[in-house]
Amino acid sequence: MEQQTVTEDHAPTSAASTMDQRPGLHVDIGQRRRAQHNEVHITLKDVTVKYGTFTAVRGVSLEVPRKEITALIGPSGCGKSTLLRTLNRMNDLVPTASVAGSVRYNGEDIYDADVDPVEVRRRIGMVFQKPNPFPKSIYDNVAFGPRLNGVKRELDDIVEKSLRRAALWDEVKDKLGQSGLSLSGGQQQRLCIARAIAVDPDVILMDEPCSALDPIATLRIEELMREMTSDYTIVIVTHNMQQAARVSDRTAFFTVDVDNPQQERSGVLVEVDDTETIFTQASDERTEAYITGRFG
Amino acid sequence: MTIDTQPRAVLDPEPQSLRETTRNARRRERFSKGMTFLLFGTVMAAIVPLVTLLTIVVVNGWPAINGEFFTQVEPLSYRDRGGGYLHGIVGTLYMTGIATLISAPLGLGAAVYLNERPGRYANIVRFFTDVMTGVPSVFVGLAVYALIVSGSGGFGLGFGTLAGAIALSIIMLPIVVRSSEEMLRLVPADLKAASYGLGARQWQTTFRVTLPAAAPGLTTGAILAVARGAGETAPLIMTALGARQVVTQLTGAPQSDVGLLMLGGFRQPFDAGIERAWAGGFTLIAIVLILSIVARAIARRSQL
Ligand SMILES: Nc1ncnc2c1ncn2[C@@H]1O[C@H](COP(=O)(O)OP(=O)(O)O)[C@@H](O)[C@H]1O
Ligand SMILES: [Mg+2]
Repeated sequence: MEQQTVTEDHAPTSAASTMDQRPGLHVDIGQRRRAQHNEVHITLKDVTVKYGTFTAVRGVSLEVPRKEITALIGPSGCGKSTLLRTLNRMNDLVPTASVAGSVRYNGEDIYDADVDPVEVRRRIGMVFQKPNPFPKSIYDNVAFGPRLNGVKRELDDIVEKSLRRAALWDEVKDKLGQSGLSLSGGQQQRLCIARAIAVDPDVILMDEPCSALDPIATLRIEELMREMTSDYTIVIVTHNMQQAARVSDRTAFFTVDVDNPQQERSGVLVEVDDTETIFTQASDERTEAYITGRFG
Repeated sequence: MTIDTQPRAVLDPEPQSLRETTRNARRRERFSKGMTFLLFGTVMAAIVPLVTLLTIVVVNGWPAINGEFFTQVEPLSYRDRGGGYLHGIVGTLYMTGIATLISAPLGLGAAVYLNERPGRYANIVRFFTDVMTGVPSVFVGLAVYALIVSGSGGFGLGFGTLAGAIALSIIMLPIVVRSSEEMLRLVPADLKAASYGLGARQWQTTFRVTLPAAAPGLTTGAILAVARGAGETAPLIMTALGARQVVTQLTGAPQSDVGLLMLGGFRQPFDAGIERAWAGGFTLIAIVLILSIVARAIARRSQL
């Protein structure tokens, strides 16, 4: 499948005019956010995820632009993590989970019967909430992914490049043999990012990657994420509003809805728009209430 | 019931003291002392037999331990002094070693299965493993005799090292399975998720993440199983049978064993034989204790 070019119905709405006068809430770290959005990389259409009979998230349609950061925000339990794991078929590992609707990556439905979920995960990497390096050396952590694919010779190169890309090289280049667990929390999380990068994905999913980190480590990761947009599409779940405002180009706001006919609680997408727009003139009052801290 | 709308302070002007009444305090103290004493008693009840056993074995066994004991075989008559259990020690180590080679990979494989493929079949396997743990070891020996040693089972392997080792491995297998399963279960789901997230397949995750992370615990479990196997005598009576010289063949000749030699020595009313049996007991206990201590040391190094 060829890469799609921008078309009217694929390009997410743009809000060019508001870009240059962003309000004080925004801390600019790194490059300017794009006014015009890139072509779509991942498209979700009417995605519903269930655990057994419980609907965790319902009817989500969403477009993720290439090489930009899309933030998923919303109160706890609204299905952000669930939806994120749907994007690289990590939900397959939960026996009760089932996915309906379509998730297209470069136009291919990743839930098609003949799609190999392992191949999906190699293209769409993941960084978890809690830094989870393997109890192995720093080098072996980064080399893990390439080794799975039988890479042997260029391993040193890949490890160095990945660690550089994750802004960790200078801190660890003299102790690559030490355990990944000997690093600080922030370094461990960057190691996990390096480990994900080493597999050479083009999308990286991050589930609250900074929630276990201190503010300085958080800032470093945020800077890193901004830099990474030159090569990667990033989808980040965060419940830190400022973080979404600081790093993301697009923001999708989810909430828990109980108004469906079955009277069940399930997560729904309220709206998705440019981060600017969501934070300054959200069209749904629930979004505004959440962002201004009136609930959630 | 009425709802009290009065402010509490008005109804209850006198705040209660935090101090206990003397009577209460004394009762509490007496109760605490009594319980401590009781629990200490149960600890003693558990420790006393072990300590007594160790003392008796050391007191009786140590004097008979000498260089000869480990380098010579037993004299033909239980009346004669001197000689040793070399053939028994060789047999015990030989059979336990082979039993470990059989039961460790099999047990580990079963544990991986139980851990990676939970469900009805796993439950059935787990149930039979538990049953196997409870089977009397003498019966294991009998079963191996009927099926493998004697011609009637179709194998007709005859008494010997391999037959003994098979019997021991059947004793050790469920121990390896259950301890390994516990250890594999302790591997954090986080780590496995990380591996899958990097595009590892299930077998790759098992071999590169789960097993290495659980390795110290798995080793500990295996060693405890070895210690159990090394100390077994009953299943060897009808499989190894016993020998009076060092046997190196796998099959075709009955094999000796420390436990079997002790059994022979204690059953005869001659001091020399009984002394050697005590020394044999000392040797066995030492092997088992050392293995257990090594197992604990490895377990403590575990990162999980
Ligand atoms: N493995 C699971 N099995 C069953 N229910 C789950 C599982 N994971 C999450 N859920 C449920 O799905 C809902 C959404 O969870 P989650 O996606 O973790 O929300 P969020 O990340 O937005 O806090 C919650 O009600 C949660 O209890
Ligand atoms: Mg979550």
